[in-house]
Amino acid sequence: MTAPTESPFDAILAEARRRWEDLTAGDRPWIRVGTGLAGEAAGGFEVVAAVKATLEQQQVTANVSEVGTLGLCFAEPLLDVQTPNGPRVFYGQVTPELAERIVREHVAGGNPLPENAIGYLGEPAQAPVGITNLQDHPMMALQQRIALRNAGNIDPSDLYQYIANGGYSALSKALTEMSPEDTLGEVRTSGLRGRGGAAFPAGIKWGFLAGNPDPNKYILCNCEEGDPGAFNDRGILESDPATVVEGITIAGYACNANRGYIFIRYGHNQPIDRTRAVIRQAYELGLLGQNILGTDFSFDVEVALTGDSYVSGEETALMEAIEGKRSMPRYRPPFPAQVGVFGKPSNINNVKTLAYVPEIVARGGQWFAGIGTPPDPDNRINGSSGTAILCLSGDITYTGLIEVPLGMTLRQVLFDMAGGVPNGKSMKLLQTGGPLGGVLSASDANLDLVLDFDVFRAAGAILGSGGIIVADEDTCVVDLTRNLIAFCQYESCGKCFPCRMGMSHLLEVLERISNLEGTEEDLALMRNIGENMQAGSLCGHGQLGFNPVSSALRYFGHEFDAHIREKRHTGDCPDQVFSPRLTRR
Amino acid sequence: MDDATFQLIDRAVNDQPQSTVTVLSSLLAVEDAIGYIPTEAVEAVAVRMDATVNDVWAVATFYPNFRFDPPTDLRVEVCWGPSCHVMGATAVIAAAQEALGLSDEGDTLDGKATLRYNTCLGACAHAPVMAINHHLAGRITPDSARSRIASALATAPAH
Repeated sequence: MTAPTESPFDAILAEARRRWEDLTAGDRPWIRVGTGLAGEAAGGFEVVAAVKATLEQQQVTANVSEVGTLGLCFAEPLLDVQTPNGPRVFYGQVTPELAERIVREHVAGGNPLPENAIGYLGEPAQAPVGITNLQDHPMMALQQRIALRNAGNIDPSDLYQYIANGGYSALSKALTEMSPEDTLGEVRTSGLRGRGGAAFPAGIKWGFLAGNPDPNKYILCNCEEGDPGAFNDRGILESDPATVVEGITIAGYACNANRGYIFIRYGHNQPIDRTRAVIRQAYELGLLGQNILGTDFSFDVEVALTGDSYVSGEETALMEAIEGKRSMPRYRPPFPAQVGVFGKPSNINNVKTLAYVPEIVARGGQWFAGIGTPPDPDNRINGSSGTAILCLSGDITYTGLIEVPLGMTLRQVLFDMAGGVPNGKSMKLLQTGGPLGGVLSASDANLDLVLDFDVFRAAGAILGSGGIIVADEDTCVVDLTRNLIAFCQYESCGKCFPCRMGMSHLLEVLERISNLEGTEEDLALMRNIGENMQAGSLCGHGQLGFNPVSSALRYFGHEFDAHIREKRHTGDCPDQVFSPRLTRR
Repeated sequence: MDDATFQLIDRAVNDQPQSTVTVLSSLLAVEDAIGYIPTEAVEAVAVRMDATVNDVWAVATFYPNFRFDPPTDLRVEVCWGPSCHVMGATAVIAAAQEALGLSDEGDTLDGKATLRYNTCLGACAHAPVMAINHHLAGRITPDSARSRIASALATAPAH
């Protein structure tokens, strides 16, 4: 037992700080290697093996950590070396051979390799000769990292590192200084809107659950991230799962709930393993379970897995999957806050939404509300507070995971930060918000759009989950639309026949048009199918399922005309395409 | 089915560490343990969950990550999501098919390898992406796909 004057959290914090001090200012260097999904795809684990082998061979002791992603995915595998009390020196696109040289010359020899370094982070006074500040890199300079504050900086499986960097001070503050109502009030004040796609105010949603007197209530965190082109949820869970675990615990406190599930797709092992690791440590430290930090509040969290199913990201389908069934959407009402998972009142938030919560509670809702775009009622703009967590992929110079204040323009993100389209090509279109978000032409007007949920909606696109796929002038819009609809067809759960059959029908028509066999009537036919899907489907998959076609027709109707009337392709359409044929059996 | 496999199924279904046990979590545990869902596993899950065999099949056939016959030694997945598509996944899929002697998804005739189209492997920033036995590799070209598959086939255990 701790002395009465000291809260249980103070003891945990002191231990966390002692360990952090030892890592960063002890007697040995610290090597961190990016091993998120992008890091793995680029060979991060081979780099870790080379680092360990060389350390042993050189008989040098150093701490080696597999971290998540700093977000500079284009430069993965990213390796950084921090010598005691020194700056961190980052090396990009590290091969096992380069890793060996870095260990021999920089770690053992004390001489950084400026020709291979992409930057340093730390005090400018300590800047190594010939290496620039990584903070000046265009992909870093304009970022404001709240949910991603620890990504790439801490070992995601070590809860003490999270705590040493400010983690759990928010939960401690909420439990000791704030009532559940105060905590909910801060989230309301922050204006935080749900980051899963619908952008519904989180504070209002929490209020529905908080108002339900049932003694058993659930908070569900959705990381069923099936959107191709979006990897921010997985990026957060593989880089800093503790911020989500703390966030869901605070949500539980604010809503008087007693149980949480973090829902991840089977097979995404880094997010699953790392989330489970910090949950286990949180139980050991009394930050989860009975009487958290010695208070009356008790809360349990576990990871629940789903099989491959895009639709299980829909909130009621997700509840079906947690119950172990076929993940098909339910009728509403009753809404989840009345009848949710296992028949109990439930609240569902996306990973990103919950990842903001600790900082909102620690710094106050006003602070968060001050970031982003203000409301503009005349134009039906409700205001979007906080940041956008964007995944940039496709034909873009710097791909990666970034966090920027809402209100920034697409042009700033895509050109000032991400360096535009490589190889001297021009930008043709953006595919935003997952396959259902459709396409947005890269016109001057669209590039001047500010990142704001309602501004995007008005332009016919969805900011949604934050995935932005860039396509250059070579891309054929008809071919890309066919790819998007093939995805939607494959992922239709099959419950509502307008979606199940409509997607298959749309795909047939698009294949016909792609093969230059389309007719004038096909455009009207697709619109008819789309209207039926929208009117007759239970969830967004069918309701928004025509978006890829309607947005492509809106911005690139001439490409469809070229295929249908002039029988010619409008880009490098492959003559053969591959996609799974079946819908759900 | 041999006793050892049956034991693995039994343990997977009945010794799940998490507190919420469902039909789906049980099936995933079996998939994790032996790589497929045999009839015996469906029955074991039905008994454990007090469900009918039909209920369990309904769940198992809904999620395409489950397979119902023993897995091959080499599992090749190529992403066909829009990021990878824009970056040239079609040519990578064609190269993977050619390297495996296939014309679509599925198992090779000799039962040595499986090709699957994956909707998103999560490393979109390094598109096009493939995975060999769940190990991701990014910025794949048709040539690198062919050589990765060839070297994996060469080291896969013989049947």
